[in-house]
Amino acid sequence: MSALDLPQPELNAPEPIAPDLVAEDLACRRGARVVFVGVSFRLPAGGALLLTGGNGSGKSSLLRLAAGLLAPAAGRLSWGERLVAADLAQHHARLHYVGHQDAVKPTMTPRETLTFWAALRGRRGAMAQAIENALAAFALDPVADWPCRWLSAGQRRRLALARLLVAPAALWLLDEPTSALDADGQERLERVIAAHRTNGGRVLLATHLPLAIDHAQTLVLDGFAPASDPALTLSALTL
Amino acid sequence: MTALYGIFRHDLGLALRQGGDTGLVLAFFVLAVVLFPFGVGPEAEILARIAAGILWVAALLAALLSLDRLYQPDYEDGGLELIALAPLPLELAVLAKSAAHWVATGLPLVLLSPLLALFVDLDPHAIPTLVASLLLGTPFLSLVGSIAAALTLGARRQGVLLSLLVLPLYVPPLVFGAGAVEASALGAAARPDLLILGALTLAALPLAPWASAAALRQALE
Repeated sequence: MSALDLPQPELNAPEPIAPDLVAEDLACRRGARVVFVGVSFRLPAGGALLLTGGNGSGKSSLLRLAAGLLAPAAGRLSWGERLVAADLAQHHARLHYVGHQDAVKPTMTPRETLTFWAALRGRRGAMAQAIENALAAFALDPVADWPCRWLSAGQRRRLALARLLVAPAALWLLDEPTSALDADGQERLERVIAAHRTNGGRVLLATHLPLAIDHAQTLVLDGFAPASDPALTLSALTL
Repeated sequence: MTALYGIFRHDLGLALRQGGDTGLVLAFFVLAVVLFPFGVGPEAEILARIAAGILWVAALLAALLSLDRLYQPDYEDGGLELIALAPLPLELAVLAKSAAHWVATGLPLVLLSPLLALFVDLDPHAIPTLVASLLLGTPFLSLVGSIAAALTLGARRQGVLLSLLVLPLYVPPLVFGAGAVEASALGAAARPDLLILGALTLAALPLAPWASAAALRQALE
């Protein structure tokens, strides 16, 4: 399937100029541990930012920060001029988040799963077609009516990713999206991401594996952890 | 609205397809009620005297049994994050999930209760009141139970902790629910108790989703 067959996201209709996702000096703290400090980036429309770094360097935490699931310990995250925290509901409406877990119920079929997620995003009108397209984009149509407990780990992953296509969103946050995917699945993901960016979408993606994503910025999260005394940094943050 | 109905249908579909929740709750309800005649003896007068309490306590414990299934599966498979990230307010999502929980577990209890009333020799005139009181009271059990289920997410021994948290909160509906049935069995007016029971549920309707959603946000941090 070509990139043109993908559902065309109606992005940013109320916002005339597509704003950037801007992070300035973000810091993240989990419990007593400071995961990173001083992380800044700018993600424009059509842009892609790859997060790399070792285990525990804070890739997932940064994605959760960007999703608004976590509040930054310091720094600001804004969408254009507006602070993300100021209107979380609106921020949630413009993003898709695919975490480590696939959120797939064993007794539901892939088609039902996607229907549910589309409904959750408030889609009803052109839903059936969007779901067919999403299933096809990840080659799930042969198994669309099987209960998900029959699916392999890779197929579940494909289903979690197909969710990206059932409702348009300006910002995709993907946490290790290629885990359990085979070469074909990875290729399909790359194609879907390319089409999303062509339509002005933004992608923030944490990955260990090299992915073919054109003109992507890379942010290496190693080295953002406070090097010296963590307690010192902690007190600096709480000030 | 689409999202709200979507969650309700999804959760109800899951509960009916797995079937375990509803079956377990009903089986527990039946067994708990049937145990009493063995314990206190088969004298009809004694049973009839305590029937209202037996039925309400058993229904309450049965409702408690399924509460940990309210959020735990979604929490474990990552679905809860996605619900929290959906454009609809988390409070409404909680309301939809509680409603589905009630239809899957509370409503079957209500429907089964007239049959069990015969087991414990409840005055037949009090059966309509029993059904009415459970109909008014079981939504309270699902709504307030959702707060405790959200608070105990991710905790070890969640089930035990959940019972400790939620049982004290179940005292008011128990008092007025059993009170209504007993009043009716004695030929007195059950209306005041039923009205208070309804008021409790109405108060829980906006407050519980709000508290639950706050606890869920905490759990997802």
